[in-house]
Amino acid sequence: MIAALLIALGQVLVAGAGAPLLVGVVRTLKARLAGRRGPSPWQPYADLRKLLGKEPVVSTTTSWVFRATPYVLVATMLVTALVVPVLVARPALGFAGNIILLMYLFMLGTFILALAGLDSGSAFGGMGASREVAVAALAEPTIIVAVFAVALRAETINLGGIVERLAREPLLAANPAHLLAFVAFFIVMLAETGRLPVDNPATHLELTMIHEAMVLEYSGRYLALVGWASAMRLFVFMTLLANLFVPWGVTSLAEPVPVLLGLLALAGKLAVLAAALAVLETVVAKLRLFRVPELLAGSFALALLSVTAVFLVP
Amino acid sequence: MAAAGPLVALAIGLVAFVLGLGGVAGNTWTVAVPWLVPLGGLELTLDPLAGLFLALVGGVALPASVFALGSTGRAGRGALAYPVFVASMCVVPLAANTMTFVMAWELMSLASYFLVLHEREERASVRAAWVYAVMTHAGLACLLAGMLLMGAWTGSPRFADWRVAAPALGAAARSVAFVLLAAGFAGKAGVIPLHVWLPLAHPAAPSHVSALMSGVMIKLGVYGLLRAGLDWLGVGPAWWGVAVLLAGTVSSVIGVLYALVDHDLKRLLAFSSIENVGIILIGAGAGMLYHGAGLEGLALLALAAALYHTINHAAFKTLLFLGAGAVVHATGTRNMEGMGGLIKRMPWTAACFLVGSAAIAALPPLNGFVSEWLTFVALLQNTRIAQPILNLTFTLGIAGLALTSGLAMACFVKAFGITFLALPRSDAAARAHEALPVMRTAMVALAVACVALGLGATLVVPALVSVAGALTGDRTPVAVGDWLTLGVSGGFGTLSTLAIAAALGAALALPLIALRLAGAARGRRPYETWGCGRMLQTSRMEYTATAFADPFRRVFDFFYRPEKRLDIEFHPGARYFVQRIEYANPTRSIFDDWLYRPAIDALRVVARRARAIQSGSANVYLAYILAALILLLVLA
Amino acid sequence: MLRQLRMALRTGIVTEPAPARSDVERVGARLAGEIHRRFGRSLAIREVDAGSCNGCELEIAALTGPHYDLERFGLSFVASPRHADCLLVTGPVSRNMAEALRRTWEATPDPKLVIVVGDCGSDGGIFRGSYAVVGGVGAVVPVDAVVPGCPPSPAAILGALLDVIGRRR
Repeated sequence: MIAALLIALGQVLVAGAGAPLLVGVVRTLKARLAGRRGPSPWQPYADLRKLLGKEPVVSTTTSWVFRATPYVLVATMLVTALVVPVLVARPALGFAGNIILLMYLFMLGTFILALAGLDSGSAFGGMGASREVAVAALAEPTIIVAVFAVALRAETINLGGIVERLAREPLLAANPAHLLAFVAFFIVMLAETGRLPVDNPATHLELTMIHEAMVLEYSGRYLALVGWASAMRLFVFMTLLANLFVPWGVTSLAEPVPVLLGLLALAGKLAVLAAALAVLETVVAKLRLFRVPELLAGSFALALLSVTAVFLVP
Repeated sequence: MAAAGPLVALAIGLVAFVLGLGGVAGNTWTVAVPWLVPLGGLELTLDPLAGLFLALVGGVALPASVFALGSTGRAGRGALAYPVFVASMCVVPLAANTMTFVMAWELMSLASYFLVLHEREERASVRAAWVYAVMTHAGLACLLAGMLLMGAWTGSPRFADWRVAAPALGAAARSVAFVLLAAGFAGKAGVIPLHVWLPLAHPAAPSHVSALMSGVMIKLGVYGLLRAGLDWLGVGPAWWGVAVLLAGTVSSVIGVLYALVDHDLKRLLAFSSIENVGIILIGAGAGMLYHGAGLEGLALLALAAALYHTINHAAFKTLLFLGAGAVVHATGTRNMEGMGGLIKRMPWTAACFLVGSAAIAALPPLNGFVSEWLTFVALLQNTRIAQPILNLTFTLGIAGLALTSGLAMACFVKAFGITFLALPRSDAAARAHEALPVMRTAMVALAVACVALGLGATLVVPALVSVAGALTGDRTPVAVGDWLTLGVSGGFGTLSTLAIAAALGAALALPLIALRLAGAARGRRPYETWGCGRMLQTSRMEYTATAFADPFRRVFDFFYRPEKRLDIEFHPGARYFVQRIEYANPTRSIFDDWLYRPAIDALRVVARRARAIQSGSANVYLAYILAALILLLVLA
Repeated sequence: MLRQLRMALRTGIVTEPAPARSDVERVGARLAGEIHRRFGRSLAIREVDAGSCNGCELEIAALTGPHYDLERFGLSFVASPRHADCLLVTGPVSRNMAEALRRTWEATPDPKLVIVVGDCGSDGGIFRGSYAVVGGVGAVVPVDAVVPGCPPSPAAILGALLDVIGRRR
């Protein structure tokens, strides 16, 4: 009981405190690949700290929806940190959810942020909201079909169950279906977390923004919460990719040494994924907005192929 | 006296709700009054499925009637039709023989026709009522044909007798009956392509009537489909289930695609009803396929998912329609492009509409999410049926349901965001007033129901599984977890909405506490929205509903087939200055263009030819009578 | 794709060290200690062009490049004044841009800084006395620091920014 509580706390701390570091690492790597020294990986913490000290300016056009959104976003992400196997295979809320719940929790975040974008009454916010929900809606089929492929092999949609099954029988993962599902999921991650080639997180041109356009009105502590929630979204998605498809290192025991090893394994996997993301963002240009559905359709085709592969390759 | 109608309906609803719940709990009975209805007499039977739908009618009639008490104006016109509508809808699920069913069905259609014709001075209303009347009677014709054929083949008009005699009939006979019955019921349910009446009729009727039509009447079409597919005709071949599942998938995707580009608030909700009926039918079709394959546990799960979504949709769609009614009443328009900023003028309505929007967008931990989750879980296990064609059908269903889900979220961001948020886009919206307390009560009660149905999933699902078991005639116990967690199919998937809701609540408090501890700056300064330093912010600078839906219009343009019209008027003096630009980009309904118009044109051609028979000469008519007499004598 | 990667890996880091000191003129009477405490490790800058000839803009734009790289000191450019701590204003403030500049300043959350880049911003520069200019940024919003030059080099601007926030090189 106490162990479960401590592990739950640990997962929340790792996700909450580790998310800005992940974002910082990706940023630093991208800068190095561009020939610059770049910011320190710890820079996001300094940014958040500074934002907390500023008095927010809130638009008179907005309503309580605008002010409540940062808190709802953070709450959603913290709950996902308790459902996803971060340190252990069966975290505190693992019984309460599964991959489908996870995807719908992300959709809850998208929903409320899109409403906050519309609330400001500016064209930027509306445009960001419209584009964001379009991308999220078109990414849905891919996720669920990829889930189908993974669930077929593991015979459960429960995250802990999948992780334990794959850890027990590694040969199940040595399957083209697994690889195809991983690629499909990776593309969906780019779409859902707003990274290149779907959306440029560092752009200043409002016409090219999707996610950033919705947060243009936020300032001070609200902006800090929204930024933190975005970082956690990236962290949770990457953890999902890492621990679901490459589950070695994730323990089922609630003892300090295996959990610590799990943390180290996660750090290693995230480092590899962060490097891959940095390289991808350096060599790939942002897609035109109306090319993004083509990319998502391609990822859907991959997911369908992965399902077929499960049937064809025993 | 305008309140008499809703009050009577309220009483009927209460009785129906209580009786229905009794039926679900297993308290079944039969009532027969042979002389009341010709050709078979009045016969009413309450079994668990009938009880569920009866409780549904009552449960929706209650808040709708309470809301109607608050609606002033020409409510007097519907004073008789409204309680008759509710009463006839109560009789339909109870009907146990052909005549009772058909009479109740027709009474329901006629009563709703008069309610749709509420604004009979408007041409659009008259047309809507006309299309509705035609479609519902075409459906009735199919239903009558199917039921009379079954009556002739089994020798009895009673449904209980069909249940017994159906296995003896040939597969071809049962399939013919199924097709006819399914066509009739699908038309009432609003399945694509028989849906054309729905987006016309629902917006035309007053809001509490639209709520009843969307929340309950189309579900009676689903009720009929469930009876026809699983009960009256016995176990059918697999293609029945495939047809229902595919029809559901198509309906759900097309329904939400049309809802996305609509900016009439009530028509958007009507298309969304088509979408949700599609989701229900996906579950029902899956249930039929599993039942046919002998996988009873999965069949009960899929059917329970379909029934759950039926209840959930009734709850949140009623809420949304009542909210829309309050908004339309306050602003005087149904066009979303004339709304905005209503959250500040109508806070209660806005909050309830937000709960309804979140529920219909299937966001956890509300009720819409649970029923969609259950449907997914049922569909995802389809590999237990080892037939590739069926697996492919299921996969299409899964992909369709996922796409629908995402698009529905987008649709309701638009519906809530454009209607309630930011600045008012018209003077009427700027002067809007909050709904009356009695209307607010109805909406709040429904919002509470949506939350309760979501959090209480662990109580609702076992009841629905037993109802589904009574329908399929299978009583194998299906484990569905404990009071906290829904656990289905032996650990395939688990869900605990209570735990998630508690976690979300606690997690909401966390950042507040953390900010306080970190010494974050308190307070906030109000200022205008950032507009790159422009001088004035007006509602003209906000995003419109049309603009919001533009990405979807582009991505799916092969479906919408928009025809862009651009008229530019130049200044008469100098051709370099533009005086007026008119831009229109309407979407075309492919069903109108490719299905109904050709069918109606063909019908007109045939009718014109057939007119030759009516020559007007009395001698020719006498010759017809003579010929018919001779023919009958020869045949007899 | 691979070609870009190869080029990136081959070129390496080209960032030059920042200048040791600068010619920034402190105008405002704010406590240097508080500015250093708040913004010493992270400063979000919103650049505002109040009618400049774009000479200063070109120099400022060079700051984001690999040679001057202001991000390594925690400085960054942001798109919206709501996200900004510091407004970097260029130009003599033409009459058309005066109100826009004021609204931008109002839209920025407190506490905030205003740093003027270029001679135009301090008193009008080469446009001093013209009918079309208000005459310096100080006439519209309170100014904290001025970076002299026409235009100042990127190194000078970088040095000035670092001196304002009290950051060690």
